[in-house]
Amino acid sequence: MKLSRSPLLDERLPAWRAHFVMGVLLFGSLALVARSFYLQGINKEFLIGKGESRYERVIDISATRGRILDRHGDVLAMSTPVQSVWAIPEDAKLTPAQARELSALLEMDARELGRKLAGERDFVYLKRQIAPDVAERIAALKLPGLHFQNEFRRYYPAGEVTAHMLGFTGNEDAGQEGIELAMNAQLSGKAGSRRVIKDRRGQIVEDVESIHAPQEGKDTTLALDAKLQYLAYSQLKQAIVENKAKAGGIVILDAKSGEVLALANLPTYNPNNRSKLSGAQLRNRAFTDTFEPGSTFKPFTIALALEKDNVRFDTPIQTAPGKLTIGPATISDAHAHGVLTVAQVIQKSSNVGAAKMALALPSEDMWKMFDSLGFGQPLKLGFPGEAGGRLRPWKRWRPIEQATMAYGHGISVTLIQLARAYQAFARDGDLLPLTLTRIDAPPAQGVRVFSQQTAREVRAMLEMAVQPGGTAPKAQVPGYRVAGKTGTAHKLEGGVYANKYVSSFVGFAPVSDPRLIVAVMIDEPSGGKHYGGEVAAPVFSNVMAGAMRTLGIAPDDTLKPLQMANVPPAKEEM
Amino acid sequence: MARLNLALLAAVLISALAAVSTSHRARKLFIEFEREQQRMRALEVEWGQLQLEQSTWATHARIEQIARDKLGMHAPKPGQIVSVER
Repeated sequence: MKLSRSPLLDERLPAWRAHFVMGVLLFGSLALVARSFYLQGINKEFLIGKGESRYERVIDISATRGRILDRHGDVLAMSTPVQSVWAIPEDAKLTPAQARELSALLEMDARELGRKLAGERDFVYLKRQIAPDVAERIAALKLPGLHFQNEFRRYYPAGEVTAHMLGFTGNEDAGQEGIELAMNAQLSGKAGSRRVIKDRRGQIVEDVESIHAPQEGKDTTLALDAKLQYLAYSQLKQAIVENKAKAGGIVILDAKSGEVLALANLPTYNPNNRSKLSGAQLRNRAFTDTFEPGSTFKPFTIALALEKDNVRFDTPIQTAPGKLTIGPATISDAHAHGVLTVAQVIQKSSNVGAAKMALALPSEDMWKMFDSLGFGQPLKLGFPGEAGGRLRPWKRWRPIEQATMAYGHGISVTLIQLARAYQAFARDGDLLPLTLTRIDAPPAQGVRVFSQQTAREVRAMLEMAVQPGGTAPKAQVPGYRVAGKTGTAHKLEGGVYANKYVSSFVGFAPVSDPRLIVAVMIDEPSGGKHYGGEVAAPVFSNVMAGAMRTLGIAPDDTLKPLQMANVPPAKEEM
Repeated sequence: MARLNLALLAAVLISALAAVSTSHRARKLFIEFEREQQRMRALEVEWGQLQLEQSTWATHARIEQIARDKLGMHAPKPGQIVSVER
């Protein structure tokens, strides 16, 4: 068999061509080896990351905001998970039946729902913060284009009763007012995240690492007593309705520890539904509104006069003819009294008597006393908008100013400042710092302002003021010895004293061992009565009686029938 | 020599299979653990809601209203209170 010979096979090719092809192939395979070495050895994280991203997920762990509890552990504010429903309108093509069902579950008008879904936007909230069980029922409808988002919503079971004390949080669960803002750092939790491995069913099968551990918000236990708070709120509300007043505030302090047991303002709002809110409702008057305290200030002037040994409790002071002219101005008593003892100046609330005593005192000493009682500067409890009131420097006081300050005009204070300053009389002359949170061991001794003797003498005078012949017999509490002072101040409007009043009463009980201080302020009573003894004192009496019973404080007085009918109460001054 | 190699091969195989089954068991247990944790969170949420519900039912305003209107109760007058010394 002979093979036909091809002439092509006889052709001799140059050797370099074979070498060239060999070289190219060798280079190619070397490049591959180098590349794989680079990917597996030097830059391996890239591919590892790519691989992990197929099965690893980072999931967020939400943290709950801490609860706010009252002193007995009752829940005052609490966050609970809710769902927000949002939709991508383009995807959410619902049949009329589906739309009807959805609008019923969302408790939303069908037309409004249609309008929301017809919008041009890519993202629309259908409804925020709905209960989880409702969200579950909506999810069960399996509607297209609908999504859910986990959120927290804060609830306040006591509603408007504790509104100003607690404040509220915004949509992102951050404090915006009151305690919620003051203690936001402690209350708010920090969300965390962790990396996990999920299988194809979406179940977490392995924990890889915790990126940030979540920090749960801490619970806060307030000094507030929910029972006293309700009592104070309801009595204040009743008084404001009866006296057709514009606004009011009430504060209850524990005289032994400086704890704020109750604080309420009116008008108020429901923190669970804040769709319609006005500035007047939001004002935390006890902290942010200053007013001229009027006669509730007289005890401080008299205490200083006693302290400086200028007078004794029975020193006679001539208040006739019920007028006192200082330079161009004249101050007057609404009812001329004649000669009064120092104690009677408090009991009858004589402006002239208080002014005369103030004029005998050095203005620097008076300023120092007001300053050490905490007037003129905010209490710094962390409340938003806390006011300090107005206390002008003593070097610029004119005699008439010093005289009017003696009975609480020309100076402005907040209700809580006033209540705190009365600690000096309810305790034996010292002041404790106020606290909003519960404290278990109260400081034994505060900052001394008056001597024990002075404090006790003024306490006895304040007790006279609520007895027959004083300005506020309506402040009496059956079974308990109480003490306190009324105030009725004209309101300043545009620099002129208008025919509008602020009625107030500050007092404490039981006098034998004072436990509670209650301060009441009623703004613009217009129901025919405006004296502190008529408007604010009954609120004090009711609240104090209820509080004494609630706290189980033993009566320190024998029960006697109230004698008010035959002795007309003394008319107090402005 | 060959016998030793065979024995080693068997040992490697057994150990590999054991590793697979152990990690499978670990994952199963972990899934169960996750499920329990989820249940715990759900229970916590429910507890919170119950607490809220309780304090809503127990608001003082509501109690006072029921005591006064439904049960005809009133606060005792000062003369009706007897205090007991401890």
